[in-house]
Amino acid sequence: MDEPEQPLDGGRGRWVRLDPMSGERVPFTIDGIPARGRAGEMLIAAILAVRPDLGCLPPDRRSRAGFCLIGLCQDCWVRLGDGRRVRACTTPLEPGMAVRLDSSDESW
Amino acid sequence: MSSDPLVVVVGGGPAGMAAARTLVEAGLRPLVLDKGPRPGGRKWQKPATAGFERRLPGHDPDLAERAIAEFLGMIDRIDWYPGTTVLDATRDRLWALGSDGVIDQTPWDALLVATGALDRVVPLPGWTLPGVYTLGGAQAALKVHGCAVGRRVAFLGTGPLLWLAAAQHLTAGAEVALVADTSHRLGALAALPDLLSAPQRLALGLACFRIVRRAGVPIRLGVRAAIVEGNETVRGISVESRGGRRHFACDAVAMGFGLVPQTQLLDLLDVPFDLEPTSGLWLPRTDRSGRTPVPRVYAAGDGARVLGGEAARLSGERAALAILEDLGRPTDPERAARLERELARQERFARGLARAFPFPAELEARTDEDTVVCRCEGVTAGAIASAVRAFGRHDVNAVKALTRCGMGRCQGRLCGLAAARIAARAAGVPLGEAGRLRAQPPIEPLPARARCMVAEPNG
Repeated sequence: MDEPEQPLDGGRGRWVRLDPMSGERVPFTIDGIPARGRAGEMLIAAILAVRPDLGCLPPDRRSRAGFCLIGLCQDCWVRLGDGRRVRACTTPLEPGMAVRLDSSDESW
Repeated sequence: MSSDPLVVVVGGGPAGMAAARTLVEAGLRPLVLDKGPRPGGRKWQKPATAGFERRLPGHDPDLAERAIAEFLGMIDRIDWYPGTTVLDATRDRLWALGSDGVIDQTPWDALLVATGALDRVVPLPGWTLPGVYTLGGAQAALKVHGCAVGRRVAFLGTGPLLWLAAAQHLTAGAEVALVADTSHRLGALAALPDLLSAPQRLALGLACFRIVRRAGVPIRLGVRAAIVEGNETVRGISVESRGGRRHFACDAVAMGFGLVPQTQLLDLLDVPFDLEPTSGLWLPRTDRSGRTPVPRVYAAGDGARVLGGEAARLSGERAALAILEDLGRPTDPERAARLERELARQERFARGLARAFPFPAELEARTDEDTVVCRCEGVTAGAIASAVRAFGRHDVNAVKALTRCGMGRCQGRLCGLAAARIAARAAGVPLGEAGRLRAQPPIEPLPARARCMVAEPNG
């Protein structure tokens, strides 16, 4: 009771999908590992459905998983393989996005 | 130069959409800028799931779809810029970052600011752990993405959104660990006469309360203290109320203590602000027509005063009429009067809500000195109090310069109000003397790769 039960995806996802993923699946990668999200969703949902957090940010390098989810707290910036840094809660998931959580704290 | 005056609307939510429609009907061609990819704002954000949100209490997807379809139906008479972030404004120009990564500017003759609101947070031990979200954030995860932000979510705060978000999660099949409200039942009873002014909204609130109670979720009222527990991630929450202190296991916390209007643009345009003493909020000075004391600057929706979605539509329409009146265009005075009567009713309901769900100033004032207040810069309550005492300065802008509190990525949107209260308390002065964090352009983070297309003014 005290510990959350193990989710179906092996315990790595923070968010829980409450409705079955219907429709088009969108392939992308997180630190090189293939993942699939739902067409039309924001990047943060696709990441946190399979990962516990978004990596760390300066100055204190605490790990983050978003906070306001409406584009104002700026707590969910992540780096993409093409060098762009994007706010995950307002950036739509696109096929082939290469999210780099392991390097999102390199500089700000 | 075109003969028609250029009316710019910032924000494409319920208020901005209603204003745009009113302006188009009067024969003008408004320029509407919105951060989101499609009209509707946060209130009517498009769900990524298929029909999932349809059965949630308090959500009317048909109303949303009608309003959006109506807006898109007149899109050839609107200059509509989605995905556009406004960065700065002066008395005759506005700067914005477009979805193409280009910064551009536009002149304006009348400017309506309808920029919405953000949850108000209280810094608590553990609130920066991953797994803590705002109520609005948890609600967005649910409504837009069909996701719960954790396997077992605790709800903490006060206000209608606390109960609505919890009821929506339960209806969607999420597990709710706790609903903890800092308000007391007594306040709600005293507020009843005012709350009866909008019976449908009152009925929704009661329905949400019933959903939570019937689900057997633990409820705590009159919460005096709360701690989010966990080292690397949320493991639980402990809350203290009259019944004592109790721990609840959870892996996510959704918290919010009312909403804060996003007033940065109005601030840059020198609209004066007044302290609302009971809530401790600084609100832009506007009248019921949406006019501000600054000529040609108007405000509507929750970005001016938090009155809710229905009032946002009314105030957007009313502000558009005010713009038309001030431009010397013919308008129907009875229409404006009717809107103001409706708005007065919504204001009365909001007074009732403020009474039923007062902001827990004591909870904020008790912020432990090790608790992080500014999550962007990692500044603690103790660091703020020490700076105030060491330098003898309690103005929150001085505190920002001394400690970096409010200087980070969110520009004080989350910490500014709490920092002011902590500074005032440390200095032993009334809250108003700590002032409010001033907005600084650009009011949103700007990618270094943004290209600037702005020529010299008049160039």
